Amino acid sequence: MAMTSEQAVEATALAGKGRSPWADARRRFFRNKAAMVGLAILAFVALFAVFGDFLSQWSNEELDYNVMGQIAQEGGPSIENGHYFGTDDLGRDLFARTVQGTQISLAVGLVGALIACVVGTLYGAVAGYVGGRTDNIMMRIVDIFMAIPYMFVLILLLVMYGRSITILFAGVGLISWMEMARIVRGQTLTIKGREFVEAARATGVSAPVIILRHIVPNLLGVIAVYATLLVPLMILTESFISFLGLGVQEPLTSLGALISEGAGTIAYGTTWQLGFPLLFFCLTLFGLFFVGDGLRDALDPKDR
Amino acid sequence: MSPLLSVRDLHVRFPIIRAGDMPWTKPRILHAVNGVDFELEAGQTLGVVGESGCGKSTLARGLIQMVPATGQVMWRGETDLLSLSPRQMKPYRSEIQMVFQDPLASLNPRMTLGQIIAEPLSTHRPDIPAKERRQRVAGMMERVGLLPQMINRYPHEFSGGQCQRIGIARALIVEPKLLICDEPVSALDVSIQAQVIELLKELQRDLGLAMIFIAHDLSVVKNISDEVMVLYLGRIMEKAPKARLYDDPQHPYTQALLSAVPIPDPVAERAKRIVPMTGDMPSPMNPPSGCVFRGRCPRAQDDCARTVPQPEGDAHRVACLHPGPLSAAEMA
Repeated sequence: MAMTSEQAVEATALAGKGRSPWADARRRFFRNKAAMVGLAILAFVALFAVFGDFLSQWSNEELDYNVMGQIAQEGGPSIENGHYFGTDDLGRDLFARTVQGTQISLAVGLVGALIACVVGTLYGAVAGYVGGRTDNIMMRIVDIFMAIPYMFVLILLLVMYGRSITILFAGVGLISWMEMARIVRGQTLTIKGREFVEAARATGVSAPVIILRHIVPNLLGVIAVYATLLVPLMILTESFISFLGLGVQEPLTSLGALISEGAGTIAYGTTWQLGFPLLFFCLTLFGLFFVGDGLRDALDPKDR
Repeated sequence: MSPLLSVRDLHVRFPIIRAGDMPWTKPRILHAVNGVDFELEAGQTLGVVGESGCGKSTLARGLIQMVPATGQVMWRGETDLLSLSPRQMKPYRSEIQMVFQDPLASLNPRMTLGQIIAEPLSTHRPDIPAKERRQRVAGMMERVGLLPQMINRYPHEFSGGQCQRIGIARALIVEPKLLICDEPVSALDVSIQAQVIELLKELQRDLGLAMIFIAHDLSVVKNISDEVMVLYLGRIMEKAPKARLYDDPQHPYTQALLSAVPIPDPVAERAKRIVPMTGDMPSPMNPPSGCVFRGRCPRAQDDCARTVPQPEGDAHRVACLHPGPLSAAEMA
């Protein structure tokens, strides 16, 4: 078919790399001020977790015998003795401990969200795409699991298998994927009815390829948003478990465990023991929520 | 030689399970396509027309096992497509391709043009190296009037007509023998419709394609078809070579449809008489006895309620107990 010169000119302008839906979303995201603030906060927290150990004068295990026994008077935050955030009630450097706690908390959040993304997405997409009886059985299994109080199971797991970080990861992962599977299944049902999936089916593309090539990429927006909101949820869960005294085991620590300790000793006037872990905890949650909000706005422009 | 496609007594039934039904309740049956048969020669076009919900699209999907169908669909007189398992069906899916109604919705928004058009090729011919695949895609894009430079663009950057060209390119990249067009122009502007239809005709001529062209617009079908089949409630009402059907319609339903086609001449349009057709199409869950059209038919008589008319005749088949040309009394 012949092209008119006008079409040709327009087409030349169009030629080259296309602007993908991702590029559009990225542009919208970077224009969102709140999301940028959130991202900056998150970057700061992440840098703190990764490089904090190099700034710290003390390791997280050393006891400072100079302040031991008189924490309330000597153990406060000070530049001179190298305890930037003060010490805990045993004389351990709180800066190093907060770095370590942030690392653990972020790790728990990220691992939980990652398990949720992978397991939940695949489970939900398969249930939604296959449909019928398979869908029914798979989703009823999720319903049954959700009906079991997860905190109870998590606590049982930690009691039975000992308080280890692996069990904590496993437990958090076990509970996190179900909500994701439900959301993904619902989205899959709508995408499944779209004509491009039908076109792929009509041309003989196999079901696993359709799920991975046509369904999942169109779900990624929803998944990304939900995952960013899931990370703080995981962190909160872990902190709650740690607050109950069942979380990570000493000498490891998490923000929740530190906050718990800080709350326990606040009566002695050592407010920094609560303040600094709490500050990082809140910063992380704020950052994640802002970024999650920004992602939602960027990926679902119609939803605003 | 046997025809390319020979369909005998095709039925599509959907079980309808209502919410609140017990698992052992027998589902009600929606009989979407009811005993359709036709033959299609290579290089020919069969137009399928009918109101919304008459089973046009379901018929097309039944042919290629996209919905559960019973009957016989002989491909080149050798293979009954309905008897094949999904795995056995796969090679035939490259021979029969489909173009869809909504141009934008039929393209994955996360894939580039090149990926979309290449998908059938990489599915059926994974042996073709990536470089050659790219060349074929570029060649096909040129063929349907898209600039090959746009290969890395995304569907949302194109207009409806361009998207439909992408859909056509995707269907033709595997050199099919039969193209099923499911209302390919219904979602397009009239000026673009003509372009797309001309493109389809041109490609059909060059590639020797057979086509099943579904539309609810009789004038569009007239332009492109060799034969036209009129469906109502999943049944064939009338099927004839194009000229016979448009010049000498025998079935009152066809007559009513044709009389409703607007004429682009105000004087003729105003002088035109429209055959009145009252009411809506009955529910396919609960079709009337006898002739399914009798409830809206100006010629309905007592025997219409008792006997199901079968499509009779050879080249010009009419499923009506009282066929015949339109009488003056029937026009309001």
